[in-house]
Amino acid sequence: MSKVPVQLTLNGSDRSVFVDPGQNLLDVLRRSLGDLTPKYGCGQGTCGCCTVMIDGETRLSCLTLAESVDGCSVETVAGIGEGAQLHELQTAFMEHFAAQCGFCTTGMLMSAKHLLDNNPSPTRDDVVEAISGNICRCTGYEPIINAILDVAARRGSGRHTS
Amino acid sequence: MSINSLVCSSATEAARLLGSNPRARYFGGGTLVMRAINEGDQSFDTIIRINDPELTQMQIAGNRLVIGAGVTMSALLRHRDAGFLHAAARSVGGPAIRHMATVGGNLFAQSPYGDFATALLALDAEVIVADGSRMALVDFLARRNPSSGPTPVVTQVSVNRPASAGDFWFLKVSRVKPKGISVMSFAAHLPRAANQLQQVRVAVGAMAPTPVRMLSVEQALEGHALDAASIEAAARVALEGLTPPTDAIATSWYRSEVAPVHLKRLLTGAMR
Repeated sequence: MSKVPVQLTLNGSDRSVFVDPGQNLLDVLRRSLGDLTPKYGCGQGTCGCCTVMIDGETRLSCLTLAESVDGCSVETVAGIGEGAQLHELQTAFMEHFAAQCGFCTTGMLMSAKHLLDNNPSPTRDDVVEAISGNICRCTGYEPIINAILDVAARRGSGRHTS
Repeated sequence: MSINSLVCSSATEAARLLGSNPRARYFGGGTLVMRAINEGDQSFDTIIRINDPELTQMQIAGNRLVIGAGVTMSALLRHRDAGFLHAAARSVGGPAIRHMATVGGNLFAQSPYGDFATALLALDAEVIVADGSRMALVDFLARRNPSSGPTPVVTQVSVNRPASAGDFWFLKVSRVKPKGISVMSFAAHLPRAANQLQQVRVAVGAMAPTPVRMLSVEQALEGHALDAASIEAAARVALEGLTPPTDAIATSWYRSEVAPVHLKRLLTGAMR
């Protein structure tokens, strides 16, 4: 089958790539565009490790048809910080020991960023709901929830971690 | 796996292509078909998408809500007129899945998935397909087996709009909180006239190969007040006509044991 040209914005940069028909976006991000932050966990839409944002909405890149993002803006963890400066969520995850093996972390961060982008003052239940599609088998979730709530609280009080 | 990918501008064109190629699959939100591709499913080699924005529209038509098959769960959650379906839409996956999963796609989800279709079933849903013809969702689900011929391209689903918010109830039972795969799901439309239930519809998911109406439960409730006695009568016949599956989530025995209990909880909640 002939390759399909796709033009997208990846973390603010215009990128062009040829994809195979039927290829998933995660594969294209990791193999063709060199962004290794989204992880391949299950390929089934169950684990959330591959979560990215497409046009401001979280999607699972393993279930997203790569050719369908032509013209879209794709955001991954690689683009949420500013240069070498970590995003405040990344800093909070470190401070709260919210990552152990780290495999779920990039997906968790994207889900958390989407939550705070749309709801600056989430309740604990809002946070639990926001990360309900992301599985973590290390932390027991509490440090992750606390890290996200901490960022929201710091933003609310005008204190930022980065 | 080598895939041929086609994009159609209309459902009619997609239906024609699907009808002429038994190895073609319709690709909606991707949560079912992309998963099959990732698994290396060799039963199809062509995917067909539709880029008609009409499929993502919702409109009110009298006492019915007409939902485009391409409407995602998150789009439905933003729609005020679809408030009675919000609990069912929220039960589908996490936020990222809800940004992708479509109403039309849920009709094809294999048990124990397809909780949203359970809610549609209790609202006397009609499925509208590419040629404009309509069929009751209950008939559509019964014919869903791929061996019964080409699967029609669904363009819209039309459902009853409950007269009041307290008339429609949905319950998903899962072992993992806040989100897990269904042990079972229930939906009940309980319109009342002079305190008596009229035109009752109760549906259950993950208790048969597809979501099904609980006809014996409906008969037990019809014409009665929703009270402890009628709820008890409904629970006694809860398992009639059901063939609960055994899967990774629960055994058939477990589902049979707990189904009457959860049905009673749903109906008791509606009584208050």
